[in-house]
Amino acid sequence: MTSEFAIRARGLTKQFGQLRAVESLDLDVPRASIYGFLGPNGSGKSTTIRMLCGLLTPNEGSAIVLGSKIPGDAKELRPKIGYMTQKFSLYSDMTVAENLQFMAEIYSYPRHARATRIDELLEKYNLDRQRRQFADTLSGGQKQRLALACAVLHKPQLLLLDEPTSAVDPQSRRDFWANLFRLAEAGTTILVSTHYMDEAERCHRLAILDHGVKVADGTPQDLQTSTGMHIIEVLADDPYRAQSVIATIPVVVSVTQLGIRLRVLVPDTVDDAVGLVDTKLRTQGVSARTRSVAATLEDVFVAVTLKPEKQAA
Amino acid sequence: MNALSRLFAIIRKEVRQLRRDRLTFGMIIGLPIMQILLFGYAINTDVRDIRAAVSNQAGTHLSRQHVEQLRQSQVVNIIGYARTPQELEDLLRTGKISVGVVIPHDFDRRVTDKNRTAVHLLVDGSDPTILGVASQLKSMPIRFDTSPDNTTPDLVEVRPYYNPERRTAVNIVPGLMGVILTMTMMLFTAVSVVRERERGNLELLINTPVSSAELMIGKVIPYIAIGLLQLALILGVGGLLFTVPINGSVVDLYIAAAFFIAANLALGLFISTAVKTQFQAMQMTIFLIMPSILLSGFMFPFDGMPVLAQRIGEILPITHFIRLTRGIMLRGATPWELYGEIVFLGVFTLVAMTAAALRFSKRLD
Repeated sequence: MTSEFAIRARGLTKQFGQLRAVESLDLDVPRASIYGFLGPNGSGKSTTIRMLCGLLTPNEGSAIVLGSKIPGDAKELRPKIGYMTQKFSLYSDMTVAENLQFMAEIYSYPRHARATRIDELLEKYNLDRQRRQFADTLSGGQKQRLALACAVLHKPQLLLLDEPTSAVDPQSRRDFWANLFRLAEAGTTILVSTHYMDEAERCHRLAILDHGVKVADGTPQDLQTSTGMHIIEVLADDPYRAQSVIATIPVVVSVTQLGIRLRVLVPDTVDDAVGLVDTKLRTQGVSARTRSVAATLEDVFVAVTLKPEKQAA
Repeated sequence: MNALSRLFAIIRKEVRQLRRDRLTFGMIIGLPIMQILLFGYAINTDVRDIRAAVSNQAGTHLSRQHVEQLRQSQVVNIIGYARTPQELEDLLRTGKISVGVVIPHDFDRRVTDKNRTAVHLLVDGSDPTILGVASQLKSMPIRFDTSPDNTTPDLVEVRPYYNPERRTAVNIVPGLMGVILTMTMMLFTAVSVVRERERGNLELLINTPVSSAELMIGKVIPYIAIGLLQLALILGVGGLLFTVPINGSVVDLYIAAAFFIAANLALGLFISTAVKTQFQAMQMTIFLIMPSILLSGFMFPFDGMPVLAQRIGEILPITHFIRLTRGIMLRGATPWELYGEIVFLGVFTLVAMTAAALRFSKRLD
């Protein structure tokens, strides 16, 4: 069964006691693409990934993952997916090569090809010199590369990565993403969760989760052009005072300070939002320059996660 | 075929990790040796040299002769003399002596009178073992050298089989094998699954094609080999230091032990799937070790225990193993004569393994 989607989920819901961790989530992940899950801690990213690989049973809803029904057929799905947990989950008292060897055996990788495959991965993920090093002595970046190498060893069609870059430095993160693009080009579908905006921006498609609810879904470009907000940048001599003045304008959804700049979000139903902010600042005697700018992913994130609260108020 | 390769992968991994875990490795060798030395030398129900004091109010030739006989029996070690029985009681209460010997002033007359006792023994009855040993002194004859020998033969004669010298170690060592194996085997597997859970390995592992049964069996097999190694160690030390005989066949003993080890590993594995942390696993293990020592017939004769204690003892694998080892090592029995015990251990293993595999679901919720 080949569908154009690696994952199709409908109405996935997971409840932990009183907490609804994920609420009727629909998801369509196209094949051979990098699909991002963006959201703060506790937004349901890990829970969703765990449901998709069968580690957690959804209370409601179901999904088709690589043609297998979830929940139910997780067993036949397992050999086809690679999973990288948030916490390093390889054996710290075994060496890099031993961990890879173990995964090769567990996935029944053809015996005659094992050694070549492991050498190839050590080389590709730049772990050749750490081959005989115990996993717990590796640096954060090395551990992450080892985890990725283990996850892709059996050449899975789908990779599920749960905040893979949360414990590594920026250089390692860049290298890591270069690896992900190589894998996607080779046809692997990748579902990756993150709370970094710059990473989310690199994904082909993106879902933003907030309190277990999907609040936005689309390509990063689409999301940026359809925020439903005017984004106004304010350059003020006294940003703190400017911020408190702008916050009193009823239509303003959010004011965020970025260095000496303020980013102000106003719903696009308001006419001449720039003029409104400008006038308010002038009448309060705050000297500032205002201009309308294009939305960044961070603005999108703020817009979609803050809207319900503001509207309720 | 793939299942077998995965099983071997788990076994290899367990052995590799075990080899690097020095503490556990030390326990495999150290614990049996330490325990056998401790138990072998300390547990001794064949008590000698009990501290005693004498209050000899008669002071006659016969009474002094009797005190000398007591000393020579080596059952008591006379460490002092008291003037009055009250002084003896003081010594007893303060724990300075365990037996007080009172010889009344009319001792000589009492000896010839069949209706009166000649000597009073004041015994610290808080330890039944000492009371039992002191009772042996009752049968010691007292008579004037000149009186005729008019002792009657005993109606009952005791003939000790299998351990004629009545050495405690002979009885202790076969049981001790059970205790040591219970402790180490259960502990090793009890922490094994939950350790992977705590370290986060499990989340990755259950996402691989490895099945619950493969994981469980793979974790048990290396420890069976280790258990048999420990058995060799206990037998070696037991034979060397305490000259404990193996009257039956060594192969039979190993067959029995293999069943017993498997039962304990399966039980440990079940604990591991039922608890959340390694600490809880330890607590559960200790909780099960206590009855294993006390209710299995290792410490106290099984037949003498209350019915409820016997029932609890019957469901512990060690009770059946101790019957097997004492049978094979001391009485020269074959496992086939004791097949009921083997069957119990086999069934126990099967049930515990199945329960563990069922409890260990490949899910996180």
